[in-house]
Amino acid sequence: MNYTNTLKIATNALRRNKFRAFLTMLGIIIGVASVIAMLAIGQGSKKSIQDEMSGMGTNMIFAMPGSEQRGGVQMGNSDAQSMKLSDVAAVEKECTAISAVSSQVSSRGQVVYGNKNWPSSIYGVNEKYLDIRKYALSSGRIFSDQEVQTYAKVCLIGQTIIDNLFEKGEDPIGKSIRFNDIPIKVIGILEEKGENGMGQDQDDIILSPYTTVQKRILSITHIQGIFASAVSEDENDLAIEQLTETLRRTHKIKDGETDDFRIRSQSELVQTFTSISDMMTTLLGAIAGISLLVGGIGIMNIMYVSVTERTKEIGLRLSVGGRGTDIMMQFLVESIMLSISGGVIGILLGILASYIVSSVMNWPVVIMTSAVVFSFIVCSAIGIFFGWYPARKAASLNPIDALRYE
Amino acid sequence: MKNQKTIIEVSKLRKDFYVGEITVHALKGVDLQIKEGEFVAIMGTSGSGKSTMLNILGCLDKPTDGSYILDGVSMGELSKNELAGLRNNKLGFVFQSYNLLPRTTALENVELPLYYNPNVKAKERRERGIAALEAVGLADRMHHMPNQLSGGQQQRVAIARSLVNDPVVILADEATGNLDTHTSYEIMALLQDLNEKGKTIVFVTHEADIARFMTRNVMFRDGHIIREEMVKDRLNAAEMLKNLPVEENGEE
Ligand SMILES: Nc1ncnc2c1ncn2[C@@H]1O[C@H](COP(=O)(O)OP(=O)(O)OP(=O)(O)O)[C@@H](O)[C@H]1O
Ligand SMILES: [Mg+2]
Repeated sequence: MNYTNTLKIATNALRRNKFRAFLTMLGIIIGVASVIAMLAIGQGSKKSIQDEMSGMGTNMIFAMPGSEQRGGVQMGNSDAQSMKLSDVAAVEKECTAISAVSSQVSSRGQVVYGNKNWPSSIYGVNEKYLDIRKYALSSGRIFSDQEVQTYAKVCLIGQTIIDNLFEKGEDPIGKSIRFNDIPIKVIGILEEKGENGMGQDQDDIILSPYTTVQKRILSITHIQGIFASAVSEDENDLAIEQLTETLRRTHKIKDGETDDFRIRSQSELVQTFTSISDMMTTLLGAIAGISLLVGGIGIMNIMYVSVTERTKEIGLRLSVGGRGTDIMMQFLVESIMLSISGGVIGILLGILASYIVSSVMNWPVVIMTSAVVFSFIVCSAIGIFFGWYPARKAASLNPIDALRYE
Repeated sequence: MKNQKTIIEVSKLRKDFYVGEITVHALKGVDLQIKEGEFVAIMGTSGSGKSTMLNILGCLDKPTDGSYILDGVSMGELSKNELAGLRNNKLGFVFQSYNLLPRTTALENVELPLYYNPNVKAKERRERGIAALEAVGLADRMHHMPNQLSGGQQQRVAIARSLVNDPVVILADEATGNLDTHTSYEIMALLQDLNEKGKTIVFVTHEADIARFMTRNVMFRDGHIIREEMVKDRLNAAEMLKNLPVEENGEE
């Protein structure tokens, strides 16, 4: 018995039952297609979160007042006014792993220009903030050291503010907008950033010197947070360590006492989101994997039934000189062909579905080569594994018993 | 035909079937010789062991006891695969119910045995399939499916299939059992023609008038051969067909 003959016999047998073959493959097709599409969607959302997060600066670290909360219980005292400008100065001086540091104070309020108004937030920061948060100027200039010293009423604004306050084509630079009735001059425009990974509009922002916001808007002397950049992503942990050490010292926290501040880093956030989306991907993949398994059992079921249903055919084949191994090979090849062609169709369909999802629903998708290869291997394995038992059964039949079978 | 070589030589053949507690002795010591070029009818009442005998001759079943030599090869000690090889090379089987693969063309049905012969390449397989169909007069129905053929035509396809591997003997079990008189005669004419050309045929039937187309009749009863006789005034199926009234076509 040669291989071309086995192939020919198996294809002929499948061709005689095209519709049944198709139905059998359907399980595999749907299984493989959903594995590929699910993993593509999961992977796509992971990648887009990562991209957007790193767009926010992967080596960004921020500290805010208030202690860690564990299970809803406040651990240690949380003095909302514990952070001072002197903390920023100390960090700047002592933390070698931190390259840039800025204080942050913020206030929500109504921004007015002409007869238009818009609710937004003003952030009081220093000039390094742009670097830390990965903002860039698209036009105008950044505030000067002198403007910081003199609480100058100047600001940089994001695109959302412009869209809501200014007429199309109007140049905001040099214009005076009012924030909570305080006139502030626009000196620069931030480049558009779009939404971040959590759906926040990063362009709905007004940046002013921290002194201006402290004195003129909030009338406070403390700060609400510290933003810093680690020298590099690799130095992140060291930077966090140094920052913690410095703040504990300036806040006079004794050994054994808990911090009165919290430190978060962007890479930590990225990790959290990545692990959440990894979990999602695994979950989606597992569900799709189960449907693939069900598809495989479908193949076994059909092959098993068809051994019984085709007992007469097997008897005939034996009577004209087919050997047990020939019959077994025929059934095995049939099952492998079903699962592999189902797999190939499923792969194509999965890729197609991924593209449809990405273009119609505007979801990011990333088709994983490993998922394609994996599905293909799984399909071949299913074909062999689930075809083996029925094939063995077919091969063990006695010619005369098979022929007499009713 | 007297000095022809012996194709089939069976002696003291026994076959028992075990059904639960009961043992059925289907064959109780059968001796039979069939020479090349013979056209033998195996006759007898229902349950007398005809099919059991033919299945053993066709290597589809193994005897409980006794010896069987086919074309010089002793069956006794052959393995399952060797028996399959023998069926593939030396034997052709025709069944009462045709046993064609459904949704498969006549030609592909005829080619089936050759798929299991590694020495026959695709081109030769096709040629031999066509030749066998020509031999049974169905060359024009090559690409028809079984359900597009009449019973007689299906049986002729089955005969073509049994011929295609050029066997030393064709074994037929009630090959005309499902057919009307006219069609039965057509099949007999075809078999007589093949026999004329030298093919050895063993034909199981319980119809005495069908048996008269053959050269020798062997009577079975209750697992024994009770009588063997040469057919004296042998009928010619082709002649009989001519004399058969046309109206009877399709009826019995
Ligand atoms: N597989 C089997 N299992 C048990 N008993 C069997 C089996 N095959 C045949 N027999 C028995 O063997 C005996 C001979 O059966 P066989 O089929 O050879 O008869 P037959 O002469 O061909 O009859 P018919 O003309 O009805 O076809 C019968 O008693 C039958 O019941
Ligand atoms: Mg019978």
